[in-house]
Amino acid sequence: MRYLRYILLSFVCMMLTFPLRAEKAAVADTVVSAGDVVADEQAESDVDISEVIFGHVEDSYEWHITDVGDRSIAIPLPVIVKSHNSGWQVFSSHHLEHGSYKGLYIAPEGSKYENKIVEEVDGEVVRPFDLSITKNVLSLMISSLLLLVIVLMTARWYNNHDPEKEAPAGIAGVMEPVVMMVHEMARENIGEKDFRRFSPYLCMAFLFILLNNFIGIIPFFPGGANVTGNIAVTLVLALFTFFTVHIFGSKHYYEEMFNPDVPVFLKPVMPLIEVFSAIMKPISLTIRLFANMLAGHIQILSVVCVIFIMAKYGPLLFGSMSVVSVLFGVFLDVLEMLISFIQAYVFTVLSSIYIGMAREGAHD
Amino acid sequence: MSLVTPDSGLLIWMTLIFGVVFFLLAKFGFPIITKSVEKRNDSIKESIRKAEEAEARIRNLADEQESLLLKTQKEQRAIIQEATAMRDRIVEAAQEQAREEAQRIVAKAETEINIEKEKALRDIRQKVALLSIKVSEKVLRQQFEGDDDAQIQYLRKVVDELADPSKSNNF
Repeated sequence: MRYLRYILLSFVCMMLTFPLRAEKAAVADTVVSAGDVVADEQAESDVDISEVIFGHVEDSYEWHITDVGDRSIAIPLPVIVKSHNSGWQVFSSHHLEHGSYKGLYIAPEGSKYENKIVEEVDGEVVRPFDLSITKNVLSLMISSLLLLVIVLMTARWYNNHDPEKEAPAGIAGVMEPVVMMVHEMARENIGEKDFRRFSPYLCMAFLFILLNNFIGIIPFFPGGANVTGNIAVTLVLALFTFFTVHIFGSKHYYEEMFNPDVPVFLKPVMPLIEVFSAIMKPISLTIRLFANMLAGHIQILSVVCVIFIMAKYGPLLFGSMSVVSVLFGVFLDVLEMLISFIQAYVFTVLSSIYIGMAREGAHD
Repeated sequence: MSLVTPDSGLLIWMTLIFGVVFFLLAKFGFPIITKSVEKRNDSIKESIRKAEEAEARIRNLADEQESLLLKTQKEQRAIIQEATAMRDRIVEAAQEQAREEAQRIVAKAETEINIEKEKALRDIRQKVALLSIKVSEKVLRQQFEGDDDAQIQYLRKVVDELADPSKSNNF
């Protein structure tokens, strides 16, 4: 804490140079604008930033780790596609680095299927059926394996110990409160009678989202993939909830939906509204989780990218802004951890509430 | 645009992976954990209930003990009181008896003493009477030595006096 004021002091000193630097930059701009060099550079750098950010949050066919000089270091991942021209194709993604491979290539920026594998059939660009192990799929596999190991180890602890005589220790001590939190939430929202049927699904959803959120915050391999910020992943999660709700929905629930106890003139309207709201629920679940996690990633990446943007404004501004953006980055990382938990919790709570609503009156 | 378009490959992979992991964990993971913890919760609840019961029992026992003690003390006091009362009664009776006895003895002694006194007085009177007769005989004998007249005269006078007690000034 006693260094804090020195840090603040140096900050203030650096901030004082802001107007000066800005002026200089403006001067430099006006001076060289005739040559268009700086403008080009600027444009290029802007594009770079958005490419960096979206490159990080989007799925890709290789797992880019870092650049050393001009060489980019990436883990090539298997591409599995069913081409319309040549049937099933399995090959490493490094073949795609330099253009097309067996008629397949990654669509360039600005096209309809940007950054996806496409092929040409009769002169038209189409997507082949794509089952590639992409960055997100690999990250999913890693996190799922991790989740399996963690939960099965916890279960093994309970199998090997007498929980009535021993306090949970090690991994069981960590996992028990989390699992029991979801379990109790299921009890509260679904009801004492049959919450045990749904508790494993809710535990699974919660831990899956939480783990993937956390892994997404880790900036280097095997973390950093934006799994829960991908709409396909959250859509599948929401669909699982949707089908759980509607497969286990009670007679009472469907009666309320299609034949509610309302005045006659409302009878034809109510099912429409009810069905619409039933469809909206998984969509809202999908978008809530997806948008929150995506936004978190973009925020952190943007703050980190400030460093690279500032690089060309001279060492003083660069240095000072680096410190600022690192501090902001730390803040956003911590915030993101909070949001990771909150989003996992919200998804699980809403799922349990939907299931509870659908199970209402199932025992009468 | 690709950000908000779900990719079919990822959809399939996600469904597959999530489904498999969910199946495995729903079978071998979560139920074991939650069942164990619920069992433990139940056993803790049961233990607490038992402990409370035992405590209540102990409290009852203590109450019983205390009431028993109180009862015993009361009884003890009653017995002591009774014993004291009996002792007092006995002592009093004994004293009464002793007093009566003493009175009786004293009364008897008094009567005996009175009788003895009477006897002694009678004795003394007799002796004094005899003595006085002897003395008066001696005196009379000395007075009337040889003088028969005087003797008769005096006799008469005495007889008179004795016959008429108002004339006498002696005796």
